Amino acid sequence: MQKANLEIAITHIVTRKKQTLVAALGVTIGLSIYLFMNSLTNGFDKFQNAETFKSTAHIKIYKDDEQTKPLSKYENSRALIINSQIVNNSKKIINPLQLISIIKKEPYITDVIMQVDFSAFYNKGTAQVKGTGNGVNIAEYNSMFNTQKYMKAGSISDLQNNMNGIILGSGIAEKLGVRVGDNISVSSSFGVGKNLKIVGIFELGSSMVDNAKSFVNISTAQQFLKESSSYVNTIYANTVDYNNSTEYMNRLQQLTNYTVEDWKTTNADIMAISSTRNIMFGAISFAILVVAAFGIYNILSSTITQKINDIAILKATGYRGSDVIQIFITEALIMGLIGAAAGLLLGSLLIFIMQNVYVGGPVGYFPISFEKSLMMESFLIGIFVTLFAGYFPAKKAADVDPVSIFRK
Amino acid sequence: MKEIVLKTKNISKYFYDPVQFQVLNDISFNVYKGEFLTLVGKSGSGKSTLLYCLSTMDTDYTGELDILGDKITGQKPNELADIRNKSIGFIFQFHYLLPEFSSLKNVMLPALKLGKYSPKEIEERAYHKLEILGVEDQALKPANKLSGGQQQRVSIARSLINDPDIIMCDEPTGNLDSRNTQIVFEIFQKITHDFGQTIIAVTHDLDFANKSDRTIELADGKIVATHLN
Ligand SMILES: Nc1ncnc2c1ncn2[C@@H]1O[C@H](COP(=O)(O)OP(=O)(O)O)[C@@H](O)[C@H]1O
Ligand SMILES: [Mg+2]
Repeated sequence: MQKANLEIAITHIVTRKKQTLVAALGVTIGLSIYLFMNSLTNGFDKFQNAETFKSTAHIKIYKDDEQTKPLSKYENSRALIINSQIVNNSKKIINPLQLISIIKKEPYITDVIMQVDFSAFYNKGTAQVKGTGNGVNIAEYNSMFNTQKYMKAGSISDLQNNMNGIILGSGIAEKLGVRVGDNISVSSSFGVGKNLKIVGIFELGSSMVDNAKSFVNISTAQQFLKESSSYVNTIYANTVDYNNSTEYMNRLQQLTNYTVEDWKTTNADIMAISSTRNIMFGAISFAILVVAAFGIYNILSSTITQKINDIAILKATGYRGSDVIQIFITEALIMGLIGAAAGLLLGSLLIFIMQNVYVGGPVGYFPISFEKSLMMESFLIGIFVTLFAGYFPAKKAADVDPVSIFRK
Repeated sequence: MKEIVLKTKNISKYFYDPVQFQVLNDISFNVYKGEFLTLVGKSGSGKSTLLYCLSTMDTDYTGELDILGDKITGQKPNELADIRNKSIGFIFQFHYLLPEFSSLKNVMLPALKLGKYSPKEIEERAYHKLEILGVEDQALKPANKLSGGQQQRVSIARSLINDPDIIMCDEPTGNLDSRNTQIVFEIFQKITHDFGQTIIAVTHDLDFANKSDRTIELADGKIVATHLN
């Protein structure tokens, strides 16, 4: 850039400090709110995902119910009698180890485990709680879901190789009034009953899970289902990037006939809420940035109206239209830079304050995240908006016809 | 044979607003190197309009304008800006300095754009021009703190900073008292006769015009007389 243009821009800025600060302040407020709001949504999303991944894998593979199909050879022919029903097939995944070894070869897969789920009734005396038993290899399960972290009592290692042990959700234990070391009787919908010893109690913080879920060994679960030792009904896999789960799901679906479902599909309702929230917050914060842009636009327009003689002289003495654009874009940029820098500081301060607000419960401190990439993004958007807002008055200035000014 | 620095061929111009009327009518003349030329005529005769056409800022005319042997008519805005920067200096009736800049900076601005010299050299040259005009003691004052006569002298210094071949003025003494008018006149004579630059000055001050080398008189957009003084 021409040094003279920079000098002229700086002189305008310096001799109009008040207007410069007003314009910069608009950017500061707009940008800090943008940063704050997007950090909020990021924090919410992160918190929610962390909650979700306490008990949900990125990808789940299982055998879905099959509907009976009409006995018609022709695709488009009218069906005669259809009383479509679920075929009472087994949920068994055939040859799960082979399937797992195929899945593990995929480069984006980090972790695969298999699981045997059954409907369970937990009984102590006359009290009964209904829930789901999960037959797992607890060591593998722990490496995927970090369950040890959520143990309230006992230890997950006590379940390893203990066919008569069970780890209960805290809600179940509370309702039955039992502690680690107590025995409870567990029965399945197949009429199998067992006396199991409580080796641990976990609490994820989600009552849905804590009031229903328990862990036993895979072979114990197989016995509850009256199934052989090759029986498995669900395979869970984690991937390198849960945001990409849908793509991985589609790729895995090519490899197997069983149903492949990613966590986004499983949690479609939560995803919908979070994307609604993101869109809403995004729209609000963007609207505020647009208002800031109007501030820049206004102040630059008024500078140009006041400086129209200067512009005419500069053009008369050989400054090109592009020089004039440069001068006023530079002014916008200076206002934007001052405003954006202050905005990052203010936004960070707001985030810092919120981070220290204790909400309590399973949430703990307010879930707002402080991300460098978001700071960069906010800064760039702030500068972009400034340049965009500055361009139109600058262009107007460049198109000033000096003769019409000198004639006045 | 005198060297031609500016030449017009059949320049005509119309205004369409509020009604169509011909403001310039078939203007043809030559201006020579080192000449001090004045344009006179009644108010509204088209002097300023002609000067703006000569200055390359107004391109909306028919006919042809040549400056320093090059055809100017039809050139692009950026090329015209460069020609103004390098070869034409301007002096206006109402001074037209940038008020927030010092006198020195005002003089320097066209040279900073041209970029022929380093900023330091430009500053020295600008200071020297202010000296020629006798206002070097005002160099560091903001332009809006100067008296009318001082401002006009600073703007003359600015018009000279790039050593242009032609200096154009619209009523350069219109706002000045007789003492300052005399000073400006003497400077113009020095510029043309000592430095060999050309001056085209619009004026309604007939005394001033009579002392110039040549006077062209306009009436209703036409050249009606040319006097060698
Ligand atoms: N932009 C314009 N639109 C219409 N008429 C104009 C415009 N500018 C000047 N005029 C008219 O053109 C004529 C010549 O104006 P000008 O060149 O300023 O005269 P002078 O400088 O000789 O007094 C005047 O009648 C003036 O009113
Ligand atoms: Mg005039």
